[in-house]
Amino acid sequence: MILDAFLWRAGLAGLGVALAAALLGCFVVWRRMAYFGDATAHAAILGVALSLAGGVLPPLGILVVAGLMAVLITVLAERGLGTDTILGVLAHGALGVGLFAAAVLPGPRVNLESWLFGDVLTVTWRDLGLIWAGTAVVGLVLWRHWGMLLTATLSPDLARAAGMDPRRATLLLSLLLAALVAVGIQVVGALLVTALLVIPAASARGLARTPEGMAGIAAGIGALSAVGGLGLAILADAGVGPSTVTAAALLFAIVTATTRLRGR
Amino acid sequence: MTLIAAEGIDLRYGARRVLHGVSLRIERGEIVTVVGPNGSGKSSLLRCLIGAERPSSGRILRAAGLRLGYVPQKLHIDATLPITARRFLDLPQRVPEAEAAAALEEAGAPGLGGLQMAALSGGQFQRVLLARAILGRPDLLLLDEPTQGLDQAGTSGFYRRLAAIRDRLGCAVLLVSHDLHVVMSASDRVVCLNGHVCCEGTPAVVSAAPAWRELFGTGTAGALALYRHEHDHEDHVAHHHPVAGAE
Repeated sequence: MILDAFLWRAGLAGLGVALAAALLGCFVVWRRMAYFGDATAHAAILGVALSLAGGVLPPLGILVVAGLMAVLITVLAERGLGTDTILGVLAHGALGVGLFAAAVLPGPRVNLESWLFGDVLTVTWRDLGLIWAGTAVVGLVLWRHWGMLLTATLSPDLARAAGMDPRRATLLLSLLLAALVAVGIQVVGALLVTALLVIPAASARGLARTPEGMAGIAAGIGALSAVGGLGLAILADAGVGPSTVTAAALLFAIVTATTRLRGR
Repeated sequence: MTLIAAEGIDLRYGARRVLHGVSLRIERGEIVTVVGPNGSGKSSLLRCLIGAERPSSGRILRAAGLRLGYVPQKLHIDATLPITARRFLDLPQRVPEAEAAAALEEAGAPGLGGLQMAALSGGQFQRVLLARAILGRPDLLLLDEPTQGLDQAGTSGFYRRLAAIRDRLGCAVLLVSHDLHVVMSASDRVVCLNGHVCCEGTPAVVSAAPAWRELFGTGTAGALALYRHEHDHEDHVAHHHPVAGAE
């Protein structure tokens, strides 16, 4: 079977986002930032509405708005206000405000469905370049600062005693999250980005003995979900974003069931 | 040579004043123990010294290039984070295999490298924390309640291990403890803290101070009698300790 170019682009886009999300997702899981991911991703819708109204490229608007949201949450969390309740307010408030803004702001009509659930089949070569640039940035920054990020994640006090500033770790991870949302929204949409962060990492947990092992396995599971999800979407004639998350959830179920069975 | 000094530091959590006017100086090579009742600010003082808390007034002076080794009282590792003891020793920087093994040995945790941190007992976990702290060749080793959960023999053993580490690295050791008995026999200097420094000095001086008796005299009468006995009769070869009720 000869794959059409748009399928190649879709597959490569999904692969890039899934890899970056799986690596970053390990930190999201270790630091219990899942809600944080939701809030950042939901803020992206507001970013889309503002960019279209202002005639800016959506990824740029998303990066700015999601980045501001990430910084806001970081500051609140540092003041001890980053509770579940406040994150819930921000996550769903941002989504509501974004949808509202998309409806009332001037500019071309926003196709909400593609931003909420992703529309990877329309990815252009330029989009693909942007996605892989984002993936490379996430991968490089994590690799470069891995020891600092891991120390600060395990214990901010240990990081302090070693002369590091744990707030830098938090800020760095928040900004990477915003970058991932900006490139990932086209693939899986604002509502499902968090799934790509959390599910591969959660699947990898039971199989790994070290943090690096977990990140590697999560990346593998993320890649498998992206490719499997595209296949599933073609077979079932369903959206690629939801299919990718379905594939990831299936992998999670299989891995969890087999490790549990073997463990008992 | 002074490694670190706190000068008149105050620390507030909201309206609550945890530390007031605390001054402290740690010299190279000494073992200093901070004792005090629960909520007396012992851990907060340690966290100020490592830079995790910023005092609301006063200042902390460090010798240039001071390397700290910190052993927290507790370290919660999220259940989603798999990590072996060996990998934990690599934080924040990778260390060679031989050094890691030697540090585990020195901390009293030989051969535990392959185990998951989550699978270690409380005492083993503490020793791995200590091994990690000494791998950074600290000038000052700070330990928060490291003997919690150890029995008296375990505590004495732990102090002997600390003394050996101090001798090898030439570092100073500052620890927080509530185990009065061993503190008094194993520290070069004792700082008695209750929001402020009540009294300070060699174990003999401190245990004779009225502030000390006021703080510990009633609740721990048995233990107090025990080290009074030791300090009064330091030259005795054999000690016939009374059974201390507060142990």
